[in-house]
Amino acid sequence: MMRSFVLTAVLAMAGWSAAPLQAQEVTTFTLDNGMDVVVIEDHRAPVVVHMVWYRIGSADEPVGASGVAHFLEHLLFKATDTLESGEFSATVAANGGTDNAFTSYDYTAYFQRVAADRLPLMMQMESDRMNNLRLTEADIETERQVILEERNQRTENSPGALAREQIRAAQYLNHRYGVPIIGWKHEMEELSLEDVVDFYDLYYSPNNAILVVAGDVQPDEVRALAEQYYGVIPAEPELPKRLRPEEPPQRAARRLVFEDPRVSQDYVTRSYLAPERDSGAQETAAALVYLSEILGGSSFTSVLSVKLTFDSEIALFSGAGYDADSLDDTTFLLSVVPAEGVSLQQAEDAMDAALAEFLEEGIDPAQLERIRTQLRASEVYALDSIDGIARRYGSALTQGLTVQDVQEWPGILQAVTADDIMAAARDLFDIDQSVTAWVVSNRQELTQ
Amino acid sequence: MIRLTLSLILVVWGVVARAEVDIQEITTPGGIEAWVVEERSIPFVALEILMEGGGSLDREGKRGAVNLMMALLEEGSGDMDARAFQEAREGLAASFGFDAYDDSVSISAKFLTENRDEAVALLRQAIVDPSFDADAVERVRAQVLSGLASDAKNPNQLATDAFYAAAFPGHPYGSDMSGTVESVSALTTEDLFDAHRDTVNRARLHVSVVGDISADEAGVMIDTLLGELPAEAPPLPSDVAFGLPGGVTVVDFATPQSVALFGHEGMKRDDPDFFAAYVMNHILGAGGFESRLMTEVREKRGLTYGVATYLVPRDHAEMVLGRVASANDRIREAIAVIRSEWARIATEGVTPEELDAAKTYLTGEYPLRFDGNGPIADIMVGMQQVGLSPDYVLNRNDFIEAVTLEDVNRVAAYLLRPDALHFTVVGQPEGLESGPLPALVAN
Repeated sequence: MMRSFVLTAVLAMAGWSAAPLQAQEVTTFTLDNGMDVVVIEDHRAPVVVHMVWYRIGSADEPVGASGVAHFLEHLLFKATDTLESGEFSATVAANGGTDNAFTSYDYTAYFQRVAADRLPLMMQMESDRMNNLRLTEADIETERQVILEERNQRTENSPGALAREQIRAAQYLNHRYGVPIIGWKHEMEELSLEDVVDFYDLYYSPNNAILVVAGDVQPDEVRALAEQYYGVIPAEPELPKRLRPEEPPQRAARRLVFEDPRVSQDYVTRSYLAPERDSGAQETAAALVYLSEILGGSSFTSVLSVKLTFDSEIALFSGAGYDADSLDDTTFLLSVVPAEGVSLQQAEDAMDAALAEFLEEGIDPAQLERIRTQLRASEVYALDSIDGIARRYGSALTQGLTVQDVQEWPGILQAVTADDIMAAARDLFDIDQSVTAWVVSNRQELTQ
Repeated sequence: MIRLTLSLILVVWGVVARAEVDIQEITTPGGIEAWVVEERSIPFVALEILMEGGGSLDREGKRGAVNLMMALLEEGSGDMDARAFQEAREGLAASFGFDAYDDSVSISAKFLTENRDEAVALLRQAIVDPSFDADAVERVRAQVLSGLASDAKNPNQLATDAFYAAAFPGHPYGSDMSGTVESVSALTTEDLFDAHRDTVNRARLHVSVVGDISADEAGVMIDTLLGELPAEAPPLPSDVAFGLPGGVTVVDFATPQSVALFGHEGMKRDDPDFFAAYVMNHILGAGGFESRLMTEVREKRGLTYGVATYLVPRDHAEMVLGRVASANDRIREAIAVIRSEWARIATEGVTPEELDAAKTYLTGEYPLRFDGNGPIADIMVGMQQVGLSPDYVLNRNDFIEAVTLEDVNRVAAYLLRPDALHFTVVGQPEGLESGPLPALVAN
């Protein structure tokens, strides 16, 4: 969920020089008030990305106030004691920079990208709104309409997004990952100034935040600035330990049919509860990254594509998806869009048969090595975007990982074996830990 | 070979920061012109190839041929079928993209230094020697038809289709280059070879290369990739006038939020007033949260999540366009506010403060775009497409700085015509129906 509807996709380091490639120097330290700081040096251009990540996301919201984390993200661009409403972004723009923010299940983050010598101003403004936001009832009334229109645009107008909401709600009985980041509409309509301010006062605190500065900066300078601007904000003594309701063991397969006449192409999708990257224990997640690539990563060479599209004419499209970055248990997804004349039941049966065959046949060594090569190469391509590197650290540190975990991850990925992947697959594919959804335009047609 | 070292200079509060982009303008041994930036920091190369023509060169009755053809370039070539080709590409960890647009086709690639020759050989085969095997054609045709079915239930696509069909009847711009179910279903292998010859050639070719490669090596590489392509191409379609008068078109579609595409005639990219129009449009609707439309429609009234306007100077027609989305019971008010802002900027102009803020942002943001091999290759091929020279990178901010308040206000007065705006609205908007624009009321 981003505040801006103009997707600022390009956010990496600007500019250019002939400096030889170095692995980016990463320096970390913690301020006396508990705020963690990560400095990533890249001196190719005189530009800096300044980010503050809060260890607070939609999955940390109070019951009944879904959407408040994202709503607060919007409201952080309103007035503070010293800035007028809208002045934050206007000031960034007046300095030739760009800014935005985003909210996820596990974090809320704010960033600016600007000439490196503007870093003190960015820190001054960002630290100001950590503590000095002054919201009014009028802000709430107007901006609530904006987030409702955002929900209209992203979700209510999209049958696929509505179906994904239902699938996640079915997958997570107890954990807040089952509630959409943007919020349930009926709860968004009731979000109050008090809901927002309570959330802000408790969670927007230096001991719940991570500062990531990437670009043409020196760690000592960043430390001095961070102490000057963020170091003076008192820690929040009441900050609660981050405890979330965990999923109970799932003991029965769950199924649903989602019907919406706006669906253009019926499809079947299956979600399995899956482990995520854990600090010091990222190996299973690494194996699942491979499993996702093997089953559905390529529309030409992956197992589902070969079995369902090339060797038979079951599927128009098929795919797999796994998000390793998550604080708590994540999901592993499979989906099949049937070809003309193939029913959803036939498509689902063929998907299950393909999985069973895969568990029997094992992994093609050549395919495994191609994926390993691509993962290694992705580290080379990733160096082209310092912003992407900065995001790795921000998301990892808000999701229970450490700097060491981030730096070990590429090596752990390279070390994954076929046996690791097959073991992870056998643990994963338990139908009693899954949700299967049929997304259809007209359920009457299913029985004909 | 012309070699230009261009320094992008970013001035903020008197502090000068400098980032350099060294663009070499080369002619390959085979006679192809290209722009190259040798940048050795990271061991890979980004390549952008653009050929003017694209979907607008679909032959009579063959709408969708260029789109289907481009989708098939990665589906088998030389003696490789689709799977063999993709296994080879994946094994090299190269990425290739083949895209069709109304006015061009493009080929994008990234590949590692360690296996550059193999990657180039594979890409060459896809570009010059596609096989259009029957099974691949049928598979991809089914995917395109699925996309068309999806478009038919996508409010934004429905708005686009209706708007362009009414604005450009009888011209390629008046129909989606993906084609129709009928035209795509009827395409033959021969049609695909025709489309390939018509659009993938050296007649109107632009190339940029950025990364771990010298200009000489890049020249040889480009000849390898493209040297065998034909030098001739069919003529481009003629220019066309924007044919949609002011008014409202409602396309009924059962969905909670209406989406609107709106606009009128615009300005050519090479018009002397283009930069004034560009700055004006930034203030009106392109400048993110600081734009007038975002302030009035979103920040003050909460009527939308996003509203934006664009100058759209296409090869054969030019428009000022905008998009907005609001709940069915609020879109009418959003449209009224947009029209009154259109009128306000046309009659009252902008303030000196707005102009200064727009210039500071636009000149400060420009160098930040040059943020990696891929983005630089993309910017350079885009510059070639619209006929700019490499020193534009150096001069562009001067063009922005030279725009005066009088320029902006003069351009706003003649370019923005609130009574000429046409709003194509998809949804079930309350209080709006197809017909003339309602009378403009003061807000």
